[in-house]
Amino acid sequence: MSEFRVPFPLFVIVIGVRFRGNAAPPAEKQWNRRGAAVYREPMTTPPSGRSAAPAPGGPTDVAALRLGGVVKRFGTLTAVDGLDLEVPQGTVLGLLGPNGAGKSTTMRMLTGQSLATEGRISILGHEIPAESKWARARMGVVPQHDNLDEELTVEQNLRMFSYLYRVPRRGRREAIERAMRLAQLEDRGDTIVDDLSGGMRRRLLIVRALLHRPELVLMDEPTVGLDPQVRQELWGLIDALRSEGATVLMSTHYIEEAERLSDEVALMAAGRIVERGVPSELVAKHAGRTVAEFTAGEQGVSGLERLLHADGFATRRTGITVSALRAEEIPETLLEQLGTPHRRAANLEDVFVALTGENVE
Amino acid sequence: MTTQQTRADARPRAHVRPGRFELDAVRGVVAREWILYGQSWRATTFAAIVEPTIYLLAFGFGMGALIGTLAGFSYIDFLGTGIVAVSVMFQSMMPAVINTFIKRRYLRTYQAVLAAPVDVREVVTGEALWLAMRAGVYGCVPLLVAVAFGLRPGPGAFAVPLIAFVAGFAFALFGIWISSVITSVRSMDYVFSGLFTPLFLVAGTFFPVTELPDWVQTAAMANPLYHAVELIRGSVFGQLTPGSVLLHTGVLLAFIALMWSLACFQMRRRVIS
Repeated sequence: MSEFRVPFPLFVIVIGVRFRGNAAPPAEKQWNRRGAAVYREPMTTPPSGRSAAPAPGGPTDVAALRLGGVVKRFGTLTAVDGLDLEVPQGTVLGLLGPNGAGKSTTMRMLTGQSLATEGRISILGHEIPAESKWARARMGVVPQHDNLDEELTVEQNLRMFSYLYRVPRRGRREAIERAMRLAQLEDRGDTIVDDLSGGMRRRLLIVRALLHRPELVLMDEPTVGLDPQVRQELWGLIDALRSEGATVLMSTHYIEEAERLSDEVALMAAGRIVERGVPSELVAKHAGRTVAEFTAGEQGVSGLERLLHADGFATRRTGITVSALRAEEIPETLLEQLGTPHRRAANLEDVFVALTGENVE
Repeated sequence: MTTQQTRADARPRAHVRPGRFELDAVRGVVAREWILYGQSWRATTFAAIVEPTIYLLAFGFGMGALIGTLAGFSYIDFLGTGIVAVSVMFQSMMPAVINTFIKRRYLRTYQAVLAAPVDVREVVTGEALWLAMRAGVYGCVPLLVAVAFGLRPGPGAFAVPLIAFVAGFAFALFGIWISSVITSVRSMDYVFSGLFTPLFLVAGTFFPVTELPDWVQTAAMANPLYHAVELIRGSVFGQLTPGSVLLHTGVLLAFIALMWSLACFQMRRRVIS
């Protein structure tokens, strides 16, 4: 039997020679069919900490991602509307926004599967879509929707993508084992994907994109639809990726996830970035330290809002509750009129609502 | 080997500008199909053997008893070689239409593959190449079955796998193009009834096209299956002339060029918005 579990004689008849991926030939033959020059070395041994040093020989000033005035229209619908975004290498950026904000369309444009109507996109110095293939060789993509081959085993799924990512033959087994280790699926190599739990499948989907040790990882809603416990398991996986110094662009509509995993977040609404920064700084800037939640009494929700707005406080309404941002600045006299609030720490969702008037989830 | 060396081997090599069309990418797509085939080869092989056997039993013994010779061939010789070509068409075009559509529309396979450094042209070529290789092997099965039924091939029969491969490549590309044109599973009814049936009947498989009206004979000249049948039958019985080889091969190659362009163009429209 061959390594593909097909009788060897049949294997030889059909293929003639065994697939060798990029194993046997020297490096030039793996990519360089046209005699182009070496661009840069791959990611070096994982640096410790967050400050990933650029690979030797590589450009130091090239942003991992740069989008300038990007517009994407589908007929009369404008999904992305003048998006400007730059992500430095070694950064984990959370792209936070509600459904329909344009996050997935942006992700698709970055992978070359959707073409921008206007604007410029550059990934690791490669112009998209002209050099999309080159960029894709250096990045890994975790899609929002599971597209694993369900009939194949965990190991076969990874092996398949090791071919597509041109992982050299002599390093293929190590790459697959590393991926399974990272996904905590070492003892599940022979398990059919269809038999895996939702969390396991998602972990496999993530490590599948890491087989070739990409310098940039795009994650489109990596934990969407998973229960909180499984989501937290995946956070550990993304943390491991951070510690390897890879640049990560992760779209999400989970506030907690963006705060927990990102160095910076970019808040996206109606196809454009409305604010960007370090989560804690954004919260401090737009929502203060605490939020006071008032339950409407005799004065009603509108009455509460009127009183708060009169004193210049931004509010958000949730059912019969009105939340006032920068609650630490509410004077005692006003509190006496509003009633006793429930106080909590301000978060990114408050920032988002303050800036756009929309809820993220 | 030290641990350090092993780790280094697992990383991709130097990132060099990839070519516009890379055999490595095509090989990756084919390798993927090969792994999938590892799960289904028993069923595929069963169908490849049983189907032509039933055809040969039914037509060979049934029709063969009524028809002595046809166009200078015994009926089993005529039919056996015709079924090789039909088998090639079904082995390549049918999965190209169905599987490619399912992968694109429901399994999101191409979304995953195209996120890797693989382009549409390489996907199309890889998919078609795999189906052609499969057709090259399985296309020979009906010939072996026909031999068991009394067909006596000449040495030219050794060219059948190559002819089956080329014809299979053409039909696979044709199927991929169709799959990227249709928008729903229901549309496949039009393809199977309106395209497959006339294609394999008006090709000299079960009866010679010379028995058909002139306009149908002219239409058969544009049917790639007709040219595949002529090449297979001619090579098995040593009746090919340089002129006929040039004509039939030329038509098949031109068909491949046309279908490859159409399949790449249409598939790109479907998977890149």
